[in-house]
Amino acid sequence: MSTVEKNKKLIEEVLEAYPEKAAKRRSKHLDVYEENNSDCGVKSNKKSVPGVMTTRGCAYAGAKGVVWGPVKDMIHISHGPVGCGYYSWSGRRNYYIGTTGVDTFGTMQFTSDFQERDIVFGGDKKLAKLIDELEILFPLSQGTTIESECPIGLIGDDIEAVARKKATDTGKPVVPVRCEGFRGVSQSLGHHIANDTVRDWVLPKADEYRKTPEGYEPGPYDVNIIGDYNIGGDAWPSRRLLEAIGLRVISQFSGDGTFNEVVMTPLAKMNLIHCYRSMNYICRHMEEKYGIPWLEYNFFGPTQIAKSLRKIAAQFDETIQEKAEQVIAEHQAQMDEVVAKYGPRLEGKKVMMMVGGLRPRHVIPAFEDLGMNVIGTGYEFGHGDDYKRTADYVKDGTVIYDDVSGHEFEEFAKKLNPDLIAAGIKEKYVFQKMALPFRQMHSWDYSGPYHGYEGFAVFARDMDLAINNPTWDLINNPWDK
Amino acid sequence: MTENTENNVNAPVASEPASEPGVIQDHFDLFQTDTYQDLFEYKRQFEGAHSPEEVSRIAEWTKSWDYREKNFSREALTVNPAKACQPLGSLFVAAGFEGTLPYSHGSQGCVAYFRTHLTRNFKEPFQAVSSSMTEDAAVFGGLKNMVDGLANSYQLYKPKMIALCTTCMAEVIGDDLGSFIQTSKNEGSIPQDFPVPYAHTPSFVGSHITGYDNMLKGILECLTEGKKTETTNGKYNFNLGFDPYIGNIRELKRILKLFGIDYTVLSDNADAFDSPNTGEFKMYNGLTTLEEAGDSINSEGTFFFQKYTTPKTQDYIEKEWGQSTYNVRPFGIRGTDEFLTKLSELTGKPVPQELIEERGRAVDAINDSQAWIHGKRIALYGDPDHVFGLVNFLLELGAEPVHIVVTNSNPEFEEELQAVLDASPYGKGATIWGKKDLWHLRSLIFTEPVDLLIGNSYGKYLWRDTHTPLVRIGYPIFDRHHMHRYETMGYRGTLNLHNWIVNTILDELDRQTIIPAKTDISFDLIR
Repeated sequence: MSTVEKNKKLIEEVLEAYPEKAAKRRSKHLDVYEENNSDCGVKSNKKSVPGVMTTRGCAYAGAKGVVWGPVKDMIHISHGPVGCGYYSWSGRRNYYIGTTGVDTFGTMQFTSDFQERDIVFGGDKKLAKLIDELEILFPLSQGTTIESECPIGLIGDDIEAVARKKATDTGKPVVPVRCEGFRGVSQSLGHHIANDTVRDWVLPKADEYRKTPEGYEPGPYDVNIIGDYNIGGDAWPSRRLLEAIGLRVISQFSGDGTFNEVVMTPLAKMNLIHCYRSMNYICRHMEEKYGIPWLEYNFFGPTQIAKSLRKIAAQFDETIQEKAEQVIAEHQAQMDEVVAKYGPRLEGKKVMMMVGGLRPRHVIPAFEDLGMNVIGTGYEFGHGDDYKRTADYVKDGTVIYDDVSGHEFEEFAKKLNPDLIAAGIKEKYVFQKMALPFRQMHSWDYSGPYHGYEGFAVFARDMDLAINNPTWDLINNPWDK
Repeated sequence: MTENTENNVNAPVASEPASEPGVIQDHFDLFQTDTYQDLFEYKRQFEGAHSPEEVSRIAEWTKSWDYREKNFSREALTVNPAKACQPLGSLFVAAGFEGTLPYSHGSQGCVAYFRTHLTRNFKEPFQAVSSSMTEDAAVFGGLKNMVDGLANSYQLYKPKMIALCTTCMAEVIGDDLGSFIQTSKNEGSIPQDFPVPYAHTPSFVGSHITGYDNMLKGILECLTEGKKTETTNGKYNFNLGFDPYIGNIRELKRILKLFGIDYTVLSDNADAFDSPNTGEFKMYNGLTTLEEAGDSINSEGTFFFQKYTTPKTQDYIEKEWGQSTYNVRPFGIRGTDEFLTKLSELTGKPVPQELIEERGRAVDAINDSQAWIHGKRIALYGDPDHVFGLVNFLLELGAEPVHIVVTNSNPEFEEELQAVLDASPYGKGATIWGKKDLWHLRSLIFTEPVDLLIGNSYGKYLWRDTHTPLVRIGYPIFDRHHMHRYETMGYRGTLNLHNWIVNTILDELDRQTIIPAKTDISFDLIR
């Protein structure tokens, strides 16, 4: 039996545990990639099955936790009850430089802490007052975003009206983000909603808000980094590479980003986008509105770094192209060293992944640079275009699972015997109890960076320390032999 | 895009590798290199940032009495609260029962957060499901989601019980849990006799401890229905409340075993949050069997260690079960004394010799270190009962609580704690700051400094800003490993609390005396 046939049969077996209706729904989200197909053959971006353990989050998580949260010099209000803000407080490790509580606010939690009376009487007045209080206590903040939690939409509060009024009062941007958790089927809609607020509430006034550096002239090499959230500092090696090939990064949107960088974006000649899923919307808008082209890149592992640098350089002139070649060449020795050291320990190891919006495909070549094979992958909240793009990265027979449930993931792991599982914190200890090496691919297990050349060295080290961890040999009792 | 005009602002030129081949620098070192420091400096021009002078002027102002007054006059804004929301507590207590699947009725994002939060503290898998409600449920109600959700989770995860709580979404749209569960049973999602205890746990009421209470009461109501007998089973029930130290459950059971007292722990989640690594993943690790929990109605009495976490459950047990209940706080020497005395009185069994010896050893140890603790000014924060135990312990060491911040406070608690503070010479300088948050605490520490801060991991930001050493005690602790495996109750727990506190003070003293030829005059080997 071919791998494809074997794995298709495996999917059928795994589905047997569900009630019929749920099995039918889930079957559309599981498939096996077959060579030369332009797609992975799974449905995506559909509602999760109730009562089934999904790893998905909500629109609030996408808007506040991902897109807006890392804009470091604005205050992001979790508007509604206390929980959503509490659980998303400092959880994502978006690194930044700044004086927290004074001119930056990244690791703080601001909430209107809704009480029953706010549900009954509405929270608009409280919100307006809260923004006044922010102005008194945090005068250096560069603006505010309001991330609405579930009850706000349900009780019909008019946060847009409050935002307009308060923007006038404070002279600073106030952005209402309707990211109630029940909207959409995952955090993905929250990304989209957040992008739309940038389009509707920020960019139209960009010229008014913008503060350009002294002596600043727009240049031909001005670019934006879009959709890198600087987990463990990821965006910084990426920025360094782009600057090294002669480009000028005028905005990081949004990892280590500021409000000013957000309004700098329309001045760029090109948007360079790392997380396509979360930020393609704003890139498309800027293309349409300002004629700024956009380009996806992948800075995981030397193969993709080189490919991406060349792809980016090709959009510019020979100076940039030469520098790109130079930069690639300069790092060759370092990369050879990494592969020489870790390759032999990782060669042939099998990996199963399940992450959010770009890593299920983007990380595959980095594993391959180390001689490892990805045998299963899938997205928490990917869309059809993500799975199309994934087809470029996966090999024949790879199991594809969209919005994989706890049950499915465990069963696939039991049957496919990977050497490493790469997913999130909720999955980590399930597999570690099964004595399966694991790395968190959302947060790098508090390590990082993983982007860029320096990042690849860290990535390789981390995969080695997971897989070749000697404590796995301690799990079996000696007496049971 | 070919023309290269002069840019006035030039990027740093370094392109070569930031480190030598073979040297791996991760975020701890990499970003401190000149290459990255230059990069940060260069990036600043685009940030539209305030001048460093302005930033330090405001930073200084935030430390002032003027700022404190403004900070304390806010009414609408909460910054860095020391409380979570109801469903977290509900899921936490549900995990302590055998074969129990915690289920949250509402949108799915909440469950992702609860699972993440608990997993990060305990470094253990935490399994829970939701109804995955979306816009259509917001309009039409969540009945259909529950009918399907219960059927799917029952068949797929084969639980013995599903403990169902709500999120704020389900509460705002007014879903009727009792009738939804019955409808689900009528439609065959789950068997008619399958236990589905439930609790209404809106996030806009109370906090995680309220949710704990509501779910515990829901579970006990469901499991004890029709089980009241004429005679008692001779056991005592024990409930620890929202206590993240699973070592405490094990310590409690050890103490009861030494006494020879038969017991039921109401929600024994020790294994749920600390299961052995055997190469096999077990979905359910709750240790309180449904049978034991059902029979808890026939016990001699029920002990509650967290009075303000479980008021409704306690009231229910007294009124509906007609059972005696006891509030004890087995933290510190006196708290443990009180607990053991009560056990001895009720059961007529003497306090076991082994525990008496442990007491002596704990007293001996704290006597050895008392000089380092006496008169130390302390700020602390956390849940009401957590704070209560700590304050009692600090007072018996001669430490002086100064700022006590309890975001999920209530007047009854404040009154009781105030009486304790008033009764001790070391408690005279303390203020209980009910309903305040950690940003208030920041102002308090800047204006009235303390020697030590005690609380959860979020206190590390206060440590950074105010340089007050932090002892991590509470929930969550994300940035230190395995603290929850230790006990903080009983005489052994007293020793742990004591060691964490005194050794933090000594660590800090070493840091203060470490500069060669300057402060290291007092860099003593023997402390």
